[in-house]
Amino acid sequence: MRRDFITYCFGYLAALSLTGIAFACVFYRLLPPVQTFALVLVLALIQVIVHMRCFLHISLKRSARADLQLILFSAMIILLMVGGTLVVLFNLSARMM
Amino acid sequence: MTFWHILLGRLTWDSLVFVEAWRNPTISEIIGGLAGGVAVLGAALLFGLITILGRWRYLWTVWLTSLDHKKIGIMYMVFAVIMLCRALIEAVLMRTQQAIAINNPGLVAPDHFAQLFSTHGTIMVFFVGMPLLTGLMNFVMPLQIGSRDVAFPYMNSISLWLTVGGGIMMMASLVVGKFSTGGWSGYPPYTELAFNGGVGPDYWIWAVSLSSLGAMMTGINFAVTVYKFRSPGMRWMRLPLFTWTTLCTAILMIFAMPPLTVATLLLAADRYLGMHFFTNDLGGNVMNFVNLFWLFGHPEVYILILPAFGVYSEVVSAFSSKELYGYTSLVIATMVIAILSFTVWLHHFFTMGQSAGVNSFFGIATMLIGIPTGVKIYDWIWTMFWGEVRFSTSMLFSIAFMITFVIGGMTGIILATPPLDYLVHNTLFLVAHFHNMLIPGTLYGVIAGYYYWFPKAFGFRLSEKWGRIAFVCWVPGFYLAFMPLYVMGASGVARRTQELFDPALRPWVIAAEIGALLLLAGLASLFIQLYVSIRQRHTTRVPVGDPWDARGLEWSMSAPPPEYNFAVIPQVSRRDPFHWQKINNGAYKPADHYRDIEVPKNSMCGVLIGLGMTACFTGLVWHMWWLAVCGFTFSLGTAIARSFMRDVRRTIPAAEVEAQHRRWLETTAAALPIPRHLEMTPENEGLAKWQG
Amino acid sequence: MARLTTEPELRHAGLNLADDPREVREQVESDVFGFWVFLMSDAVMFALLFAVYGTMRHATAGGPGPEQEFKFHSAFWETALLLTSSFAYGMVSLSMKHARGQLWLALWLGITFCLGAGFLKMEIHDFLTMFHDGATPERSGYLSSFFVLVGMHGFHVLSGLTWILLMGVQLAVFGPDDRVKVNLIRLGLFWHFLDLIWVVIFSVVYLEGLSL
Ligand code: HEM
Ligand SMILES: [Cu+2]
Repeated sequence: MRRDFITYCFGYLAALSLTGIAFACVFYRLLPPVQTFALVLVLALIQVIVHMRCFLHISLKRSARADLQLILFSAMIILLMVGGTLVVLFNLSARMM
Repeated sequence: MTFWHILLGRLTWDSLVFVEAWRNPTISEIIGGLAGGVAVLGAALLFGLITILGRWRYLWTVWLTSLDHKKIGIMYMVFAVIMLCRALIEAVLMRTQQAIAINNPGLVAPDHFAQLFSTHGTIMVFFVGMPLLTGLMNFVMPLQIGSRDVAFPYMNSISLWLTVGGGIMMMASLVVGKFSTGGWSGYPPYTELAFNGGVGPDYWIWAVSLSSLGAMMTGINFAVTVYKFRSPGMRWMRLPLFTWTTLCTAILMIFAMPPLTVATLLLAADRYLGMHFFTNDLGGNVMNFVNLFWLFGHPEVYILILPAFGVYSEVVSAFSSKELYGYTSLVIATMVIAILSFTVWLHHFFTMGQSAGVNSFFGIATMLIGIPTGVKIYDWIWTMFWGEVRFSTSMLFSIAFMITFVIGGMTGIILATPPLDYLVHNTLFLVAHFHNMLIPGTLYGVIAGYYYWFPKAFGFRLSEKWGRIAFVCWVPGFYLAFMPLYVMGASGVARRTQELFDPALRPWVIAAEIGALLLLAGLASLFIQLYVSIRQRHTTRVPVGDPWDARGLEWSMSAPPPEYNFAVIPQVSRRDPFHWQKINNGAYKPADHYRDIEVPKNSMCGVLIGLGMTACFTGLVWHMWWLAVCGFTFSLGTAIARSFMRDVRRTIPAAEVEAQHRRWLETTAAALPIPRHLEMTPENEGLAKWQG
Repeated sequence: MARLTTEPELRHAGLNLADDPREVREQVESDVFGFWVFLMSDAVMFALLFAVYGTMRHATAGGPGPEQEFKFHSAFWETALLLTSSFAYGMVSLSMKHARGQLWLALWLGITFCLGAGFLKMEIHDFLTMFHDGATPERSGYLSSFFVLVGMHGFHVLSGLTWILLMGVQLAVFGPDDRVKVNLIRLGLFWHFLDLIWVVIFSVVYLEGLSL
């Protein structure tokens, strides 16, 4: 009980602070746009992992293999599809210039 | 906004094909009217016949509302065969058109011809290929892994009825309104509102959406079943190959349907809400559609082919009386193909204008798929090598597949080479190529599997004679129908062409026409085979259930199997478990004790949800917004109501299971074990004599 | 036993499965796994909508873009609402797991609902303001992709809210029986998943648009 509760609290606080940092960077324009966006993306990635870990209870050790396999496979497919789409369409639009 | 307008949306008298044919009686319109007439009459005849025979109750309680994976599988296949008839007749009509129309308008007008290839392609892919294979997988896979059903039987029924709903929409488009003329791929901007304001593209969007919804659920269902419902000891590397291909197909369905959903959804957003995803103006970009469509489209062709690979693996091993050669390599090849199939989609649009670097990358990735496919072919050949090969219908189709598929693979390598593709892109060469893959890769596989598992499903064998006649039609028919298209394509004839202008093409189109007719005769022979086999079923019964001396768990129970499949869940200790049971005298034994078995009760919710969504989407096609809202609410309401039902399972008492099992064991004890060379004779009751 | 390799108890912090018979556990296992598979399929759909958004980022066709239309504060507060609602749903799961009584369960479910509804209300308000400014989906490819992406998430939230209501009714009717519990677990996965999508939306859509 205690431990589960702490996990959720940790997740919530981590999510709030990661979000807070991201918004603050943009709001106060701490960095140039490109770096800001890169930082925001990194923070988002960390936050996704935090959510997976604390709210969705996926972890490397405890969870059943099936769930983790599934998520990693999906991540690969998403990377392929999104990456591929961006490469192909940016390539096309570059050649239309 | 009059009342009628609200009620009927875009539907008017003129939407009926008959009215059109009456007003403007050209041959093309009359053919359209006739087709509509056949659809209406066929439906009326079917309903009438069921009513006269008083079979509605039987149909409803035993079949339509069933959640039994075996019955759902069979219904999938029946549905697909009906659709196959239509799509094949359309194909023959198209071939006839091209055979006649050399410097001459021929039978069907350009717009009608465009509808023909669009419906033919859409139906063949979504309502023939996928349901046939889904049906086969539904029936066989749970039996092979020692499970009593799929993971989600109720969802299975929903998938079926969504798919059937899509088929109903396709059939409705024969009678009211016109189907899309944009091909099975429905590329915008041609299918956008600006160029195509009618109902055609909307029919395409929503029929395909129903099918893809159904397929996605099927994918989830099968994947979870294979992951979680294997019997004890059925480890990964003990799975039969057909189950492996089912798993990979399921994974493809799960991940390849979303791109299609996105593509059709965004096209619908353009058409219904005036958005600008794929329009020519205000920032729209058609290339996004092409990209999304093929992100789905390429994995889709593997959805259509992988299960057949599984069928061949089972068939070749059973009819060569040998263990499958190179099991591990076949498993790995299957997985590699499944994953690679997500990395090659761009080969469908080499000519869209990407840089040479991008094209080369995807060209090479495409060619790589040839390697695992080649591995498979070699494995099958080695399986036959020194085996006791019996040339049953299944085996004949398997061998024809191996040869034909390799030819198709080689033309695939040509198409995968971007500079060559620039020459033959969108010509009949491509049409020849993909039929060269899909007819052996899907249809032959389904026929082989149908012949192989039919005795399991219905308890009697199919006529071997008519199987051979079908073979003689399907294989030469294919070569005659499609080899000429390679020639014509290589000489530059564009696909989707309604009229030709070069008399030198005549011999080729006529050969292709004869081939198409032979293929039609092949389909007819399959119907005759079924009829003849039912007539002579008393001489071909195989109640014991193992007519081919085969190796997997699906052969270890009676034919047809009891609704709970296994009286006791089998314990698996190695690959080809049933084969080893037979050898070690472990088969056909009563269990120590039997337990109560829970099976899902029938439910009409699947039917209702499927029909509700069909009504919803039909409403969207015709702009009958009330119908769309009602249909959707109805489906949602049904789903919610079902979630309040707690009494959804039924128990079969242990005593009944035991009695049934013992009865079957008595049949087995009374049956005569048959050596393999007698398996086509009436002596075969499904009990194989063990031979070294 | 090939089916069950690990103890599921810790994995779904929502259900104390250890005392249930094996069949129930297996059924729950596969029910939840099936829902995961669905979520991943859904994730691919969102991923592609993001990709389309990315390719249409500059297709504003002279119409309004993110600089004019995105409101920093509402994006921030929407995020806060949704994150908090995710935490609230965590409390639902905990109350269920430790059988803290139906009242707690209902209370946290109610809080989750209110927070989600608040999010949706703010989002709709934002959309209406944009419409009012002439930033409608028909205006440009960019705006089409924005509205479909964010709207699709909003639609999911709406479905989630409906589902919460439904589960509330089922709790009242059946109490926390096995099926209600399984569905509460699935709803939890769904709700946290939507949060996750929103994290990507506020990063890739809102913050990117506002950081220029
Ligand atoms: C069984 C005999 C078959 C015959 C005689 C046949 C014939 C044809 C013909 C004549 C065309 C039009 C070619 C053109 O564009 O000029 C066509 C297109 C097509 N066929 Fe078949 N076909 C057969 C089976 C199949 C099967 C089994 C599938 C798939 C599972 C299939 C899928 C397609 C597709 C996707 C198209 C392209 C439609 C389009 O252009 O959008 N066909 N077929
Ligand atoms: Cu391809």
